Amino acid sequence: MEMTILQVFNGLSVSSILLLIALGLAVTFGLMNVINMAHGELIMIGAYSTYVTQGLFTAYMPKSWFDTYFIAALLVSFVVAALIGWLLEMILIRHLYGRPLDSLLATWGVGMMLQQIARFIFGAPNVAVTSPSWLNGGLAITSSIVLPYKRLFIIVLVALVLTAMYLYIYRTVQGRRMRAVMQNRNMAGCLGISTRRVDGLTFAIGSGIAGIAGCALTLLGPIGPSIGTYYIVDAFMVVVLGGVGKLIGTVAGALGIGMFNTLFETYTSASIGKVLVFALIVAFLQWKPRGLVALRTRSLD
Amino acid sequence: MLKLQGIESGYGESAVLRGVSMVVDPAKVVCLIGRNGVGKTTLMRTLTGQLKIRQGRMSLGEQEVTGWDSVKRARGGIGYVPQGREIFPQLTVKENLLLGLEPCVPRSKVFPEDVLALFPVLPQMYHRQGGDLSGGQQQQLAFARALASRPKVLLLDEPTEGIQPSIVEEIQDVIRGIKAKGETSVILVEQSIEFVRSVADYIYVMDKGTVVAEGVQDAIDMEQFEHYLTV
Repeated sequence: MEMTILQVFNGLSVSSILLLIALGLAVTFGLMNVINMAHGELIMIGAYSTYVTQGLFTAYMPKSWFDTYFIAALLVSFVVAALIGWLLEMILIRHLYGRPLDSLLATWGVGMMLQQIARFIFGAPNVAVTSPSWLNGGLAITSSIVLPYKRLFIIVLVALVLTAMYLYIYRTVQGRRMRAVMQNRNMAGCLGISTRRVDGLTFAIGSGIAGIAGCALTLLGPIGPSIGTYYIVDAFMVVVLGGVGKLIGTVAGALGIGMFNTLFETYTSASIGKVLVFALIVAFLQWKPRGLVALRTRSLD
Repeated sequence: MLKLQGIESGYGESAVLRGVSMVVDPAKVVCLIGRNGVGKTTLMRTLTGQLKIRQGRMSLGEQEVTGWDSVKRARGGIGYVPQGREIFPQLTVKENLLLGLEPCVPRSKVFPEDVLALFPVLPQMYHRQGGDLSGGQQQQLAFARALASRPKVLLLDEPTEGIQPSIVEEIQDVIRGIKAKGETSVILVEQSIEFVRSVADYIYVMDKGTVVAEGVQDAIDMEQFEHYLTV
C-alpha cells in the first residue's frame, strides 16, 4: 500500500515536471509548428532569472522578505523569457515559417549562443538557488511517507499554469484570435486579425511558460548554462507522444511518460528504465504516428 | 466605391492577372463571370490582399489601398466569402461568428441581430464545431461572418458552388436582400447565368487574366457571355 502511494506520487511528480517543461513547447511547436531547439535555453533563462531575482532580494530587500522572492521570481522568469522569445520570433523565426529544417538549425544555433552568453555572464560552473524556507520539509502522510513540499508545489504550479493556459486559449478574445490564426492564417488575415502580432504574442507566451519551468527547476537542484539540453529531448518526446495541437494530448503524454518511467525505474535501474520508456514511445509512434490525441483529419481539410 | 486600374498579380513566378480594370459603384452588384482558370479567384485573393498587387492601382472609396495588406483591407471595409468557405474547423459556430467582428473599427463585441436574423439556423448550432457543419451551413456561416462588420464591399467567390439546392435558394435571397438594402457593394463570382441575370447591375467577363467584355446586362448580348463560358 505504502509502496503504491509512493509510486503514484513519484509518477505524478515526474509527470508534472515533464509537463511543465513541455507546456511551452506545446505552444511553440504544437500550435505554431516551429521546431524550437532553443526551448531548453528559454528554460535556462527562466532558471537564471530566478537566480538573479534571489540575488537582488538578498542584496536590496529586508531579510524577512527573502522567502517571498520565489513568487516574484516566477513572474520575473515568465516576463524575461517571454521578452526574449518575442525578440527571437521577431528577428529570426518570423522569416522561417514554413521552413522547418531552417528554423530547426537556426534555433539550435540561437540556443548555443544563449548558452555561451550565460557562461559569459554567470560562469561555466553550476550555481545553486536557495529555496524559500516554506518549501522545505514535507507533508507526512504516514510515519514513513513524507511528500516533499517542493514536489507538491510543482504539481500545484503545473495545474495553475495549465488552467491559465486553458482559460487564455479557449475563453479570451486573444485566444480565439490565436486559434483562428493557427487554423487558417490567410482567412484570419482577411478578417482583420493581425497575424504577425498574434504569432509574436503566441511565441512569447510559449517562451514565458518555458521560463516558469526554469524557475521551478531551481527547486530541484543547481542550475547551469546547459541545463536546457537535459530537458529538450524530454519536452519534444512529451509533445510528440501527446499529439500536436491539443493541450490535453500534452497532459496525457507527460502523465504516460512520467508514470511508466517511475514504474520501470523501480524494477530496473534508472538508465534501463529510461531506455524502456523510449522504446515504448518509439513502438507507440509506429502504431499511431499522430500521437495519443490526434486532431480529426477531416476537419483539417 | 472600388476602383481597379491595370491590376497585375499572380503566384510565385507566374502572372495570372494581366491588367484588370474595374469599377464598382456604391451599393451595386457587379458580377464577374468566366471559365475556370481565367483568374477570378486570383482577383478575389488580390482584392483581399492575400496576393500582392504587382502593377496597377486599387482604391477603396477615396482611399488608395494598393499597398495595404489583408488586415488593413479588412478593416478598411472589404468583406470576403471565399471559395470553399474557409470556416475555422476547430472553432465553434459562435466563435466563428464573433471573429466576423474583428474588422470593426471601433471594436464591437455584440453580433448584429439583423445579420443573424438572415440565417435563423445558425443560433441553433452555436456550440457545434465549424468543421462539423454541412457545406450549405458553412456557407451561411461564412456569409454571416462577412456581414457582421458591415463591409463597404463584399466579395463573394462562387457562393452557391457545391451546395444543396434548398440552401442555394436561401443564399440567393440573401444576396438579393443585400442589394435591396443598398448599403454594400458586391462583387459576385458566379457560374449560374440565370442568377447573374437576376441580380447583376453590371457584368464583367474575364478570360486569360484580363477583362474581355463588360456592360450593363440589358445592353449586352447574353449570347456573347455564353460564348466565353463554354469551353
